[in-house]
Amino acid sequence: MTKLETSILDILQDDCRLSLEKIAVMTGYQLEEVAEAVQNLENKKIILKYSPVINWDRTDRERVEAMIEVRVTPQRDMGFDAIARRIYRFDEVKSVFLMSGSYDLLVLVEARTLKELAAFVSGKLSPLETVTGTATSFVLKRYKEEGVVFEQDETDRRLVISP
Amino acid sequence: MNYQQYLNSRISAVPPSGIRRFFDLASSRKDAISLGVGEPDFKTPYLIRDAAINSLIDGETQYTANRGLLELREEIALYLSGRYHLSYQPEDQILVTIGASEAIDLALRALISDGDEVLVPDPSYVSYAPGVIFAGGIPVPVHTCQENEFRLKASDLEKAITPSTKLLILPYPNNPTGAIMEEKDLSEIAEIVIKHDLIVISDEIYSELIYDGHIHISFAAIGDMYPRTITINGFSKAFAMTGWRVGYACGPEEIISVMNKIHQYAIMCAPRQGQVAAASALRMGRENNYEAVLMMRESYDRRRRLMVNSFRQMGLNCFEPYGAFYVFPSIRCTGMSSEEFCSRLLQEKNVAAVPGTAFGSSGEGHIRCCYATAVDKITVALERMADFVSSNS
Repeated sequence: MTKLETSILDILQDDCRLSLEKIAVMTGYQLEEVAEAVQNLENKKIILKYSPVINWDRTDRERVEAMIEVRVTPQRDMGFDAIARRIYRFDEVKSVFLMSGSYDLLVLVEARTLKELAAFVSGKLSPLETVTGTATSFVLKRYKEEGVVFEQDETDRRLVISP
Repeated sequence: MNYQQYLNSRISAVPPSGIRRFFDLASSRKDAISLGVGEPDFKTPYLIRDAAINSLIDGETQYTANRGLLELREEIALYLSGRYHLSYQPEDQILVTIGASEAIDLALRALISDGDEVLVPDPSYVSYAPGVIFAGGIPVPVHTCQENEFRLKASDLEKAITPSTKLLILPYPNNPTGAIMEEKDLSEIAEIVIKHDLIVISDEIYSELIYDGHIHISFAAIGDMYPRTITINGFSKAFAMTGWRVGYACGPEEIISVMNKIHQYAIMCAPRQGQVAAASALRMGRENNYEAVLMMRESYDRRRRLMVNSFRQMGLNCFEPYGAFYVFPSIRCTGMSSEEFCSRLLQEKNVAAVPGTAFGSSGEGHIRCCYATAVDKITVALERMADFVSSNS
């Protein structure tokens, strides 16, 4: 990665609404160079999506989230990839990670209600032939996500004017 | 009672800080966006805070040595030699103080006798001139200007020298202008210092905040300046540790020991947890190549470019400031004085900036804007300021 690409990722990760013009000024590069670098990052699938961090708890949307530890039997020649693919195709699944430790896959699942989520685990996930066991933990409260602290207002404690 | 007769006349004679009035004005406006702050918008990196928390848990609540924890002084020595090629002995050449502010005050009090003249680049940080007066000296402003990118010029310096001149305060990178001094500039100043037998207080608190490929050069590292220089620095700006109040002075043993004499009677020692945190900041920096400092510097630099660019787009004459976290544009094209510009900007657009005149008369026609503020706030503040400028020029 070039220095410009690294800077662009830093800037966008903090605020992905900033215009290319502004990024060009902030990095000291030409607009065309920045546009090309962003295009490159997108083409290389380094930047996948520009999405906000949302605190759903402050909305009226009903929503349950769970982290499911899944133990599976790896398949010959495919390892864990084939089963991971089977799992991530479900719309309920937000993230899938292959983990070291006492289980194999960590699956983050989101549903509207507890009932829906239970139906997903018992009806869709557990019956998969290579899944040998699951342990579901529900998210009770979110404190910090993507580097953003949720629970408190981060007020500026600095003096308005100081020498 | 008439308290005036009891108060020290020398101190009473110093007018209240020009910034104070603005502070009151700006504080009364709840939603103002402030470009008037003078400190980082980062919190102290958590690992540094954690070191102080652990020190409290471990019951480290006692005085430290007057000169500061030896461990911290050793780290300071390593830091200064590694970063700026300065060699100071931790035992007798380094004094840990309550912020760089105390170090400045001690240096002035240790060196000034009644009637000594002290050269202070104008504009500069607000406490130099009052500090000189409190110590019995006479501050002599040395004009700096935008045409020279607010660098101190040897010719201007020499014009201000009289037989009573004893000291030069050299505050670069500079607050409020963001100006830096390069090696050539410093060498020219060094010649004058030798020629007129001066001592230099080099306030390098912004030494880590320098941008665009420029490097900070310590004045004491310039030929022959080491025995004539008191180097002052601290943790507030580089490590985002303003509220901890930890700074230091380094210099010839003979001067540092007199400064320590005042410090031991007046202060005893800087607070222990601040010193512990400062030592861990330097130790971690040494181990990870000052990762946190570099991250913050990079972030300031982006905002610096954004701000300079915006001022130029609004038609304000703005030299490129390569240091600290301030931009010092000229607002002369509006026909307003610095005071009037800032007052009206606050009243009409709810944006606070500091008039250049708060830092000395050479700041007239300029305003100080700090870019250590979130990009979205800077953006809104600059849009409002652009409106203000275009309707007034």
